[in-house]
Amino acid sequence: MSELLQFFVSGLTVGAVYALVALGFTLVYHASEVVNFAQGEFVMLGGMVTVFAYAAGVPLPLAALLAVLVAIVVGLLLYWLAIAPARGATAVSLIIITIGASILLRGAAQIVFDKQFHKLPAFSGDTPVDLFGAAIQPQSFWVLGGAALLVLLLYYVMERTLLGKAVMATAANRLAARLVGVNVATIMALAFGGSAAIGAVAGILITPITLTSYDVGTLLALKGFAAAMLGGMGSPLGAVVGGLLLGLLEAFGAGYISSTYKDAIAFIVILAVLFVAPQGLFGRRAVERV
Amino acid sequence: MMTRLNRRSVILLALATMMALLPLVFPSSYYFRVASLVWVSALAAIGLNILMGKAGQVSLGHAGFFGIGAYAVAIGPAHLGVNALAAVGIGALLSGLLAFLVGRPILRLKGHYLAIATLGLGVLIAMVITTESRWTGGPDGMPVAKLVLFGWRVSGSDTWYWITAGLLLIGTWIALNLDDTPTGRAFRALHDSETAARVAGVAVNRFKLQAFVIAAVYASVAGSALAMMNGFVNPDQAGFLHSVELVTMVVLGGLGSIVGSIVGAAVLVVLPQVLTVFQEYEHFMLGLLIIVSMIFMRDGMVPMLARLITRGRR
Amino acid sequence: MSRRMQVLRIVAAGTMAAAISSFSAMTAAWAADTIKIGSVLSMTGPASFLGDPEDKTLKIYVDKINAAGGVDGKKIELVVYDDGGDANKARTFATRLIEDDKVVAMVGGSTTGTTMAMIPVFEEAQIPFISFAGAVEIIDPVRKFVFKTPHTDKMACEKIFENIKQRNFTKIAMISGTDGFGASMRAQCVKVAPAYGVQIVVEETYGPRDSDMTAQLTKIKNTPGIQAVVNPGFGQGPAIVTRNYAQLGMSSTPFYQSHGVASKSFIDLAGAAAEGVRLPAAALLVGDKLPDNDPQKKVVVDYKTTYETTTKQPVSTFGGHAYDGLSILIAAMDRANSSDPKKVRDEIENTKEFVGTGGIVTMSPTDHLGLDLSAFRMLEVKGGDWVLVQPGS
Repeated sequence: MSELLQFFVSGLTVGAVYALVALGFTLVYHASEVVNFAQGEFVMLGGMVTVFAYAAGVPLPLAALLAVLVAIVVGLLLYWLAIAPARGATAVSLIIITIGASILLRGAAQIVFDKQFHKLPAFSGDTPVDLFGAAIQPQSFWVLGGAALLVLLLYYVMERTLLGKAVMATAANRLAARLVGVNVATIMALAFGGSAAIGAVAGILITPITLTSYDVGTLLALKGFAAAMLGGMGSPLGAVVGGLLLGLLEAFGAGYISSTYKDAIAFIVILAVLFVAPQGLFGRRAVERV
Repeated sequence: MMTRLNRRSVILLALATMMALLPLVFPSSYYFRVASLVWVSALAAIGLNILMGKAGQVSLGHAGFFGIGAYAVAIGPAHLGVNALAAVGIGALLSGLLAFLVGRPILRLKGHYLAIATLGLGVLIAMVITTESRWTGGPDGMPVAKLVLFGWRVSGSDTWYWITAGLLLIGTWIALNLDDTPTGRAFRALHDSETAARVAGVAVNRFKLQAFVIAAVYASVAGSALAMMNGFVNPDQAGFLHSVELVTMVVLGGLGSIVGSIVGAAVLVVLPQVLTVFQEYEHFMLGLLIIVSMIFMRDGMVPMLARLITRGRR
Repeated sequence: MSRRMQVLRIVAAGTMAAAISSFSAMTAAWAADTIKIGSVLSMTGPASFLGDPEDKTLKIYVDKINAAGGVDGKKIELVVYDDGGDANKARTFATRLIEDDKVVAMVGGSTTGTTMAMIPVFEEAQIPFISFAGAVEIIDPVRKFVFKTPHTDKMACEKIFENIKQRNFTKIAMISGTDGFGASMRAQCVKVAPAYGVQIVVEETYGPRDSDMTAQLTKIKNTPGIQAVVNPGFGQGPAIVTRNYAQLGMSSTPFYQSHGVASKSFIDLAGAAAEGVRLPAAALLVGDKLPDNDPQKKVVVDYKTTYETTTKQPVSTFGGHAYDGLSILIAAMDRANSSDPKKVRDEIENTKEFVGTGGIVTMSPTDHLGLDLSAFRMLEVKGGDWVLVQPGS
């Protein structure tokens, strides 16, 4: 029982980060139909900027805030300098642009920061909490709580504000949205900034557990993309469920089946799900653009 | 029909002439090595382009097939006593068969879902290669026996230059010919609009599957060639990053353009060799160049140039 | 010391004397040109924590050597390429070094994967190649032109098991990374374990980029009778394993890391969880704690001071491997009184009692590493720093 709980919590913690990365993918995809492979680099920026600011003597909360701001600026620049000028390019061309951006950001990070691994202190100590026999790091609660808060916030913005409605309208039909007075370019820029902020927060929350370095983004982008597809691209609920599910699959796979093949188990499940539900778990059966 | 035939001959002739003349300006066998890498990568990229550019299907796991080909020529002679050339064939057969078997369910998926499914397939292949170290040597890879052709041990960058050049010529020839077959026409119809193709009576699923199998065999042969040329293999060649690199070659050169794939491969192989003088700025520059070229040549380099030239003529 | 060794030493000393006497004569004639030494390192990518200090070390010491007049009166020109950890790239750069840059010797190759890919190139060109990578397969079987400076992973396993045996443990668990380093060392440990009466009861693995290993450790924790746990791995993985180990309250079971995490940054990253962790490592990590009569003390302290004041980063044994490799090569060129690759190779093989950061190196035609188990010290983390484990404890 305690073993099960141990796997469950560690799976949820890792899964929460995948969920946040997937959410970033979803937000950008929603607004612009771009699959942004530089999403993982926002997570890296969140962690690295906080680490370096903190090391320079900035108090942790301020360092974290600074990191989020830096990520947002980078996200906006990415949109204005790389995505907006390529308007009208095919989806695959845009993906290549984001891959280029991810190489560029990693390259910049290794110059601005360094190539070493770094850590942050856990926000509320390292003493594990005993939960029915499972030892839980206090930071796990920060990750889970932070992720939940972000999801709720995003839900509120999307469902209850005019801004959210504008994003939804843009996602549904760009031309129609423009006709009813939505500034589509601004919406897209906001989506990039927002997804950058989400990524950065994920990076800050997780660094005390997983450490960080200039190149943590690649794998996170891969896992986040997988999570987003598992849940169904474009569905925020799908992103969260997909992320948590992926984390749990890895933890239970490692715990009960084989630690060597745990990533394989996760991908086999994704393939199986897609064979049954080709639009992911929560994906809309979108009309194909002819 | 005539003009198409001419275009094809012109491309092949130009490619062959370039391959024959390049060695005259190469100062050292290092250049032969880089050129051979271009030919090998181009071969894999052309195969992928048949899938992506002609049949309109994405694959983010193509390096998996590349890896199967590479490991076939490593494992075959070392563990199974298979002749190296036969191992190339076995690798290609295995890749084609795997593509055929998984292609059916995978190719039902669309767009990004297809991307993640192929990505998953590639990751699985790479993982098996990394883990089954008894056969594959694990993450550090394994040596590959030198190719022996009629009692003659093939080695040296210049020898491999000609072998890989020959392979690429054959690969290009087949790909160009494909354009004129019913399959090629079906591919083009598929690329333009799957629905329209279906309405017009094209057996969409069958042709998608064909393209997938062809692309897998191309990658496998390219993988075998690289492994024998290098004298070693390692799991990186089957990895996600290599898959992304192959896709980038295709898109950078121009979706659907065979010549584009060769140009794309040349750019991505040669660029890091040039940029290495920038030391720590290398990756920054590489990323920047990819972004800038995709913004200004969004349809790829070769289609863009072709358009410029035709516009100039007018 | 055996009689044969003594003879060898006399021969070596004679060669040295001959080299020095002809040295001055050569200086004038060749002063104008330079000696090109090549290097291919994983300065970026997953192994950048190896390649980065290696690169910095090479640059610092080549500058120093040149400032002191170079070798044979010639300046050293260092050509470094970054392979990003990619073996295929490494192979291309190796060809480039030989064919285009025309180097006379090569130091580098950060990982076993890249080293193995480059070996055929240097063997074929008959250029001496001193690798900084770990696996035993680089020098076993011996290849004529290939040498290496770090202790092998096999030796690390032996050193760990030696200590485990001294503590009368027989049942252990192993959790290893699936990267090249972890997988190679894991295989060696499995191979040598029976010789020390050690039984590996459970085995777990983790991916090189995994961020949570509690699931694997929980399985180990729930296996009865485990007396010690060994973690072959490098990079950030072992630091996370160590943290999770403490998190799960397993610290009462002795925990061994490998020489793959032999730098101060491991203690920084793992924090308080690192307390009590043991690992085999070179003397470099405990330079200031060595007794004054230790032959390595001066070299080790000098290197540490030079590296840390120049780069402002904590010293690691990885940079030390680069220092050893470069020093052995330069000394060989000095003795050979030439930069002819074949003569330099012969002299590298003749390296005798070279005191480096990794140990005291004595090579031979059958041993292209020249270190034995005594080069390894068993260290333990105490109070946030490395301390030497007293023999027998």
